[in-house]
Amino acid sequence: MDRMATRFAACKAQGRAALITFVTAGDPTVAATPAILDALVEGGADIIELGMPFTDPMADGPAIELANLRSLGSGTKTAHIFAIAADFRARHPDTPLVLMGYANPMLVRGSDWFADQCKAAGVDGVICVDVPPEEDAELGPALRGAGIHLVRLATPTTDAKRLPAVLEGASGFLYHVSVAGITGKQQAAQANIELAVQKLRAATDLPIAVGFGVRTPEQAAAIGRIADGVVVGSAIVDLVGSHGDAAAPFVQQFVAALSGALTANSRETAA
Amino acid sequence: MTDTISLPNSLRSQPDASGHFGQFGGRYVAETLMPLILELEKVYRAAKDDPAFEEEYDYLLKQYVGRPNPLYYAARLTQALREGAPAGRGAKIYLKREELNHTGAHKINNCIGQALLARRMGKKKVIAETGAGQHGVATATVAALFGMECKIFMGAKDVERQKPNVFRMKLLGAEVIPVTSGSATLKDSMNDALRHWVSNVHDTFYIIGTAAGPHPYPELVRDFQSIIGKEIKTQMMEAEGRLPDMLIAPVGGGSNAIGMFHPFLDDTDVAMIGVEAAGEGLTGKHAASLAGGASGILHGNRTYLLQDEDGQITEAHSISAGLDYPGIGPEHSWLHEIGRVKYMPITDDEALASFQKLSALEGIIPALESAHAIAAAEQVAPTMDADKIIVVNLSGRGDKDIFTVADALGVEM
Repeated sequence: MDRMATRFAACKAQGRAALITFVTAGDPTVAATPAILDALVEGGADIIELGMPFTDPMADGPAIELANLRSLGSGTKTAHIFAIAADFRARHPDTPLVLMGYANPMLVRGSDWFADQCKAAGVDGVICVDVPPEEDAELGPALRGAGIHLVRLATPTTDAKRLPAVLEGASGFLYHVSVAGITGKQQAAQANIELAVQKLRAATDLPIAVGFGVRTPEQAAAIGRIADGVVVGSAIVDLVGSHGDAAAPFVQQFVAALSGALTANSRETAA
Repeated sequence: MTDTISLPNSLRSQPDASGHFGQFGGRYVAETLMPLILELEKVYRAAKDDPAFEEEYDYLLKQYVGRPNPLYYAARLTQALREGAPAGRGAKIYLKREELNHTGAHKINNCIGQALLARRMGKKKVIAETGAGQHGVATATVAALFGMECKIFMGAKDVERQKPNVFRMKLLGAEVIPVTSGSATLKDSMNDALRHWVSNVHDTFYIIGTAAGPHPYPELVRDFQSIIGKEIKTQMMEAEGRLPDMLIAPVGGGSNAIGMFHPFLDDTDVAMIGVEAAGEGLTGKHAASLAGGASGILHGNRTYLLQDEDGQITEAHSISAGLDYPGIGPEHSWLHEIGRVKYMPITDDEALASFQKLSALEGIIPALESAHAIAAAEQVAPTMDADKIIVVNLSGRGDKDIFTVADALGVEM
């Protein structure tokens, strides 16, 4: 089993969902990012999503958009992001790391170059917001060739007819975007999430993670009861936004609360 | 629209089934939007085959927009250029008068078509991005005409420099939403329109203003704008009994240009020039994606973009708000690569000079976008024989630009 499968299996064995946390690389600076990533791991994050900043993050709400601009404003380059990733891999050999971002920065030097860099830096998976299955040839073959997971997104508008196309070539886990919208805004009704996860489970054996609009330990716990993973992004990014270089302890405390809520789930189940 | 015949070797048979023009175009959007653009494609195919759709589109273009608009021989401009040209040189210049359309530019051709599609899809709300405000005004206009709710996303900087158009949109019943993110210009208003769309896909139709974005937008916008080239063909046969030798149009996203060029792509004797905004010059701040950019992915399509070595989008600059965009429609990228259309950069200063020249010589105040095409014609016509014919697309009128031009010329109003 690879790093990602091992981690999901370990969480399952503990009777809880995996906590997947997102921050933007280089926010607020390249120098500050390693401590923030360590805080995520120390707080109990199981999988790290590292955002690649882009000038035009059109699927993101204000929180992550601002993080992108802070990062680029402080001079973050693609080379820094791979250095941050490689450095993280050396410190945390067992924690899966997923790069998340937009097609243009990933593909500007060609998909083979990008896949090679991912492999060399110990990146486990990639989420590309604006390469749908229809354009898989741009990115998918190179990543698969390098043994990097291509994590696909399923949304409330992905109907039963379309789902097989999304699952074809998807690996690592399936990311269910719980609302038709941008990151960090509205939250979906729990009943809708449950229904969606049920449908996805019937169609795939991949672990299913749910994200978009999850901001509190209570929300995380509720989703953790039905999904294999819970993604929290904007709420953490907001902490980085308000505390800047000094954000790490605040991030760690918040992530610990999220992690605690998911672990409490497993105690309930056990009892 | 049903008269489009695609031969196997035709340059008019693009895009392919997956929406690609050669390596350009495609559908690079978030998964949430994919089902919607697939449905839009289906609805568009059905509309193209429905005579009732074409009939209504034609009726509105004639009775509401005022088409066909004239193909006007600019005798004084032609004469002025001949005076500075070698003997026997100086091509005849005709102007396609898109600026005489209702709302003052070519934008309305496309908005009518897309509003008809929105209605077919049962959408009661429309949104649009706008730079100079021309597409915003055209969208607000058709929203009023069709009784649809309308939101226009406009960069805060453009809201400031295009106040008359902002007021027009409000009069027409639209809500104008100033966009403050990024550079607060056209590309950012497109980002925010996409953000709004992805959050409201169930009841909202996005009327994209140029021949760009995810497939099928570049194709359908081109088809709706092709009325420009089709009319020129007929009108030129009437006026001169033959096709023109050259077509010239300004290119931001490039919808007026592709609408003018597309019906002529297989007419190998007709040369074409797309005019990019070179701003302060290609070594300074500009908006010439083909001359100064590289292939990349933004706003749903692969095309030439202004970007740095990491694929971050760089800010465009043009005195013309409508050309102030770091990309270009994907079909133009393809036509550039295969060499069928030549693209030429024109600076802010050159456009400003032509803005004044056309006003004084012909009594026509052109939009700053169109003034770029006039400037190109001024450079090219004197090199051509006097029996040659150029058609310039006068894509919009310049009333909206008088404040910008006054400011650039240092005139207090």
